[in-house]
Amino acid sequence: MIAQQVINGLMLGGIYVLIAVAFTLAIGVLNFLNFSIPGTFMVGGMVSWAMIRVGWHWTIAFGAALFCAAFVGLLVYWLTYRPSKNSDPEVPLVSSLGFLVLLENIAIIYLGSDQQSFPQIIADFNMRIGPVVIGGAQLISLVVSLGVVFGLSIFLKRSNAGRRIRAIAENRDTAALLGVNVGALVPQLFVFNALFTALGGILFAVSYLQVSPFMGENLGFKGVSAMIIGGMGSIWGAIIGGLLIGLVEVLSIQSLGSDFVNICVYGLLLLLLIVRPEGLLGKPAARDKL
Amino acid sequence: MTGYSLGILVLLSFNVIAAYAVYLPLAAGQLNLGIAGFMVVGAYTASFLTNEFGWPVAGAVASGGAVAAAVALLVAIPILRTHGIYLALATFALGQVIAAIFLNLEVVGGASGYPVTAHIEAIAVIGTAIGVVAFMALLSTTRFALYLTAVKSDPLVSDLMGINIRFIKVAAFTLGAAVAGIGGGLYAHHFNYIEAQYFSVMLSTYTVLYVLLGGTQTVWGPLVGALIFTLMPELLRSSAQWRYALFAVFIILFMAVRPQGLLTTGFGSYLRKLVLRQDVAR
Repeated sequence: MIAQQVINGLMLGGIYVLIAVAFTLAIGVLNFLNFSIPGTFMVGGMVSWAMIRVGWHWTIAFGAALFCAAFVGLLVYWLTYRPSKNSDPEVPLVSSLGFLVLLENIAIIYLGSDQQSFPQIIADFNMRIGPVVIGGAQLISLVVSLGVVFGLSIFLKRSNAGRRIRAIAENRDTAALLGVNVGALVPQLFVFNALFTALGGILFAVSYLQVSPFMGENLGFKGVSAMIIGGMGSIWGAIIGGLLIGLVEVLSIQSLGSDFVNICVYGLLLLLLIVRPEGLLGKPAARDKL
Repeated sequence: MTGYSLGILVLLSFNVIAAYAVYLPLAAGQLNLGIAGFMVVGAYTASFLTNEFGWPVAGAVASGGAVAAAVALLVAIPILRTHGIYLALATFALGQVIAAIFLNLEVVGGASGYPVTAHIEAIAVIGTAIGVVAFMALLSTTRFALYLTAVKSDPLVSDLMGINIRFIKVAAFTLGAAVAGIGGGLYAHHFNYIEAQYFSVMLSTYTVLYVLLGGTQTVWGPLVGALIFTLMPELLRSSAQWRYALFAVFIILFMAVRPQGLLTTGFGSYLRKLVLRQDVAR
């Protein structure tokens, strides 16, 4: 039975990986803890559901969801990141939280606050390896999310745009001096980041068949924890952190009951921060970050 | 005074107390995202003392604050090794763990909540809130407030100037937790019922919002922030469904226009200049 739980944990962790990577990119490059990320995650799931409900084909519905998320990403850039560049580090965090509240309430007004069941898009096929059952939709989600993240890490390493992004992460001013168009690249990063999280929301909806206006909150906080556990700014760290949190969550439900999930997950985070503040794969902070 | 406005005033008092609990560490540059966790400790400790041992409420609430401070002191030592965002998330995780522990503690009712028999009137809550504000205003005239600002602005230089930054940080964190614990204890005895779910992450983050909205540069910032945050949703009540959305829009736009918060150290001269300019124009 333990093998089954490990599989379930990894599947759940796959969703956390996407959010953790989005957080890690925002922190690593822009030095910005972007709390609107759980909001765009929810937009991904809820908008897809709403569009499918009014009869759109699921491909178009997913496209619409991604478009909305990209728009939100741009808004966050315009209204949060840009005005507060030179202020206290907590300020963008707070106003991006404002976006989370705003998105949740807009979703409640237009779509209601109930949990909704998401239509099954991928035909129900389960694979059996001995006693272990692997859900088809979950497997596809895990593969897609890991594939996207893997692609991203190659993109950052090899492509020219990736090199520019890494230059900004290293030092903004130097990057600008070296001819990187920082003003154009940063909003692109925001859009990209929003697309990434919205994809996470869609994958969550497809594999767990439920959406709600609050779906981002819990997952968002677990995603942040995954990012911290892996080490901020490290993509591979985010993958390890995400899968680890998924595992801890599922295994603690299995062995201790669902009441102890938060104690285990956040206890792990707390313990790790005390023992190794820079995370599993992170480097000790050379400069202060927040 | 009508029951409605008294209710608002009590709500405001709780928000003010919580706001100052966040303000103190933040004035030293530490973002505490787990303030609800310390409120839980205070609330449960105080109600356990009055319920099981028949303590007088005042003593129980004070003990709640003391226990919350003790917990903070205990965790501050390892946690304050981290800083910036790591610290914010460590406090966040701490708040979650504390709330989850009380949620599973059967002695105090577990998930079904914990009824509190002793009751305190609204006036005691409001009085305590005024006391907290007075204490903070007094504190802001001492050297301690200067140290806080110094540690926040540049820890390295303040260390070189001979300030024990570690002591200042731990003191600010612990004192903030004590205030939160007192707030929690008052909450429990005013509403006569507590449940761990109420003290959620959102409560912590909203409290941080008050403080940043008001501004962390002056001691009056949290008060103004709490005032805006308490009254604004009430004023928007007529647009029932939209009020939280409108409120969020307000936060976003406000932070974009005035990222330092409403009250800053130069706010007075800023207003004066604004008035003078109009005089000249006239």
